Amino acid sequence: MTQIRALRAKDGAEFSEDEKKYDFYKKLRDNKLELLPTEIDTLQVNLTKLCNQACVHCHVDASPKRTEQMDRESIDRCLEILRDNEPIGTLDITGGAPELDTHFDYFVTEAVKLGKHVMVRHNLTVTIDGNPVTGERKEYLPGFYAEHGVEVVSSLPYYQEYFTDKQRGKGVFEKSIKSIRLLNAEGYGKMDTGLELNFVYNPVGAFLPAGQESLEADFKRELNKKHGIVFNRLYTITNMPINRFRQQLEKLGAYDDYMTKLVNAFNPAAAEGVMCRSIISVGHDGRLFDCDFNQMLDIEISEGDYPSTIFDFDYEKLRNRGIKFGSHCFGCTAGAGSSCGGETA
Amino acid sequence: MDYYDPKDLKRFSEIGKFSEELMKKFFDYYNAAMGEDGALTRREKALIALAVSHAKKCPYCIDAYTTQCLETGADPEQMTEAVHVAASLEAGITLIHGIQMHNVLERNGAL
Repeated sequence: MTQIRALRAKDGAEFSEDEKKYDFYKKLRDNKLELLPTEIDTLQVNLTKLCNQACVHCHVDASPKRTEQMDRESIDRCLEILRDNEPIGTLDITGGAPELDTHFDYFVTEAVKLGKHVMVRHNLTVTIDGNPVTGERKEYLPGFYAEHGVEVVSSLPYYQEYFTDKQRGKGVFEKSIKSIRLLNAEGYGKMDTGLELNFVYNPVGAFLPAGQESLEADFKRELNKKHGIVFNRLYTITNMPINRFRQQLEKLGAYDDYMTKLVNAFNPAAAEGVMCRSIISVGHDGRLFDCDFNQMLDIEISEGDYPSTIFDFDYEKLRNRGIKFGSHCFGCTAGAGSSCGGETA
Repeated sequence: MDYYDPKDLKRFSEIGKFSEELMKKFFDYYNAAMGEDGALTRREKALIALAVSHAKKCPYCIDAYTTQCLETGADPEQMTEAVHVAASLEAGITLIHGIQMHNVLERNGAL
């Protein structure tokens, strides 16, 4: 499906109040932008909604109370997709805390055997906390990651305790520092080890992230000075106005102000680089989505004669689909842009 | 009616209604001074602006520059320190005028 067809389908559909008020499709048309898929180079798999934390900004609504997780059959199918589709060079594993899925270690090990670049969105504290349901210990994770050459991408909202604990819960900063030290001890974040440790910064509230480059310099200087910690890159990500963060905005009476801020900061160059053009997102139940945010809003990938699950995955058909957008997409196109890899402009 | 309505901040450009050209000059100047990294970073400028906002006691500015400080990567500790800079300057400015008082005391033979 081309973008035009996708737009028409969208135009014919019933718009919610939000979609009328903050119309992303109109913004694309006004800017003469047609965001079609490029090469699909990443399979992003959301393994579970179970997490040892319950962060106030979490778009997944993950927490220790969630139970959803991917089964072995689906994981094997994801591995087949990776094996059979050479352009998909990266497996990006996310959650919840993806390490809490029963088959996580198997998934990583087998994907590495296929020669794929594996990155894990690791919340750091799971290494210390373990599984909140079973009590299973997870201290082996830094060593496991190093052994398999996994790229570790971890949320760390700030280089100080105050902002970090406000967003992610009391005591999270201290546990995160402890966990980072374990990763550093394995060689993560150090020169010439090839073990990548990257951090993710989310604003702690209803404001846009600061510039990635300057913030990265601050994080590196302060974390090293105060905690002796090293890492590779800092990715700045805009908070998505959905699920738990949306509830927080509504509670503050700030939802419309935040949306207006995102719309006013629309940047065509950032839009060109949105991640949904080059990834396919997979839910714990095997359904396909344009991105992790659409997945959480249950906006399924293109209807019609297009694959909708990992079991009818077809690279070429997906490569030629239309991407589905919504008002939340302004979160990825504001300012310098936002993606799982940070700024896009 | 409130003298200070937060919604008025968004109406700032309306001041140009009867003098568009002067307002444009102001915004060009403002954006050149504040909008980009120069000899000072945007964060340093935002922290200075926050301090000035408090010294001048402008609620519009406190609203705008608290957000701008956050969006340029400053944290509450730095922002609070900026407010203390403003407060200590205000205190110092008041105290230095004590010398004027001494001068008058001297002139009156009381010092």
